[in-house]
Amino acid sequence: MFKNVYNWIDERLDITPIWRDVADHEVPEHVNPAHHFSAFVYCFGGLTFFITVIQILSGMFLTMYYVPDIINAYNSVEYLQTQVAFGQIVRGMHHWGASLVIVMMFLHTLRVFFTGSYKAPREMNWVVGMLIFFVMIGLGLTGYLLPWDNKAYFATKVTLEIANSIPVLGPVLKELLQGGTIVGAETLTRFFAIHVFFLPAVLLILLVGHFIMIRRQGISGPL
Amino acid sequence: MAHGDKSKQEKVVFVGDSRVRRGNGFITPPDYTAYPGKSEAFIPNFLLKEWMVGVVVLVGFLVLTISEPAPLGFPANPSASVIPMPDWYFLFLYQYLKYPYASGDFVVLGTLGIPTVSFGGLLLAPFLDRGKERRFYKRPIASALMFLSLISLVYLTNFAWTHYKHELEASGVEPEHIQREEKARENRELGLPTSNGTKQEEVAIVDKDDPAMETYKTATCISCHAADLKGAGGPSLRGVGDKHDKDAILAIIKEGYNGKMPPMYDTAISAGLTDQDIDHLAEWLAKQKTEQ
Repeated sequence: MFKNVYNWIDERLDITPIWRDVADHEVPEHVNPAHHFSAFVYCFGGLTFFITVIQILSGMFLTMYYVPDIINAYNSVEYLQTQVAFGQIVRGMHHWGASLVIVMMFLHTLRVFFTGSYKAPREMNWVVGMLIFFVMIGLGLTGYLLPWDNKAYFATKVTLEIANSIPVLGPVLKELLQGGTIVGAETLTRFFAIHVFFLPAVLLILLVGHFIMIRRQGISGPL
Repeated sequence: MAHGDKSKQEKVVFVGDSRVRRGNGFITPPDYTAYPGKSEAFIPNFLLKEWMVGVVVLVGFLVLTISEPAPLGFPANPSASVIPMPDWYFLFLYQYLKYPYASGDFVVLGTLGIPTVSFGGLLLAPFLDRGKERRFYKRPIASALMFLSLISLVYLTNFAWTHYKHELEASGVEPEHIQREEKARENRELGLPTSNGTKQEEVAIVDKDDPAMETYKTATCISCHAADLKGAGGPSLRGVGDKHDKDAILAIIKEGYNGKMPPMYDTAISAGLTDQDIDHLAEWLAKQKTEQ
């Protein structure tokens, strides 16, 4: 039954090559922690992706309760944290996951750096990886404001002041992020839009590029 | 067919006439036979092992999540005095910008110069470190720079964090998320509401059918304080009895309020009201208290 359905679709859309490209490849011994325990350092990239998936899923559930306006943002987060069943767990996963994804990504970057894996022909993948790093930092920055508590408010104010001190571009950047002359209602909705729509879209595009390049080039050889 | 022959000569083969390039089909996986040892299939063999590592991480992650609830302070209040603190992974940048050569006159160097050089260098690392050698100890410059950055990251982060701890100790203030939890716990024990959220309660008009409501309209109060007493040019009069008693309200009607409201007594009299009406109006306004 399942096979018939698969064949019917495959006849029309030729989907076999797609999943074979994704799934059907060999993994060499030197990155396999089952053969060499020290090869666990090669897991950090996969773990970063794993935590990213957790972030996307938990974030999707958070938006079911979160309200991005200055009167209700705090109330909705407090409600989620204290009243909603498992709300504390979901918010906790998103909060701690944000730190963990930075840690994993940092370790992955160090592994790639110290094994010299960014050398030819993999230069472009390193650049895309660094762009992913910057997007993740941006996600952390914009997500920090959303609970709209004092910590969020004052940290964002300081961040925007720092952005403001960049010559020429700074004031423009600050006003763009702030959506006006003060940190207020507009700032919150802008940060929300950037955190939930703009940066995740960029992140997914970069991730696809990162993975396609890995498949094309294969993992770097043993040292 | 001529068309078929032509497509054989072309290097790039297109599908029909849509100019969409025909794919080469399966991407041949890189050949790892050159590497020593045993390679294995990604799915399912290797993915299973990676999943086992993932599960170990997931369990640790969930233990952290359950044992340490995500912090939440009090609602944002621009006039609150709070030590601003970014997320931990920005601490190094935050600390470094406090140094004299990265702030004040040198702020451009601080916010643009050094970050551009270091992050730009990281971004373009493969183009700066172009040697064939991959082992880190055979790339002394790249590795030394990275080690130096790591040491300064750890130093700056640690410095910022201990400084923050000292500041908290010196001011005797607990971080807000701990304060909030404590307060919520105490309130829960007393059976009080535990929420710190901003409340928007509407104050009701007391004695809406009182004749003073008509006096309020005739005396032209309505033009600034609105027909529903919620205020327009002037402030809301709902709950005004909490702030002012009857005598104070009478004085405001006769003498105005802090230069923001002109004296309205004469206007009211010329609108055909008597002293008695105005006295009753003030009495009624003084009754406008928030329900307890």
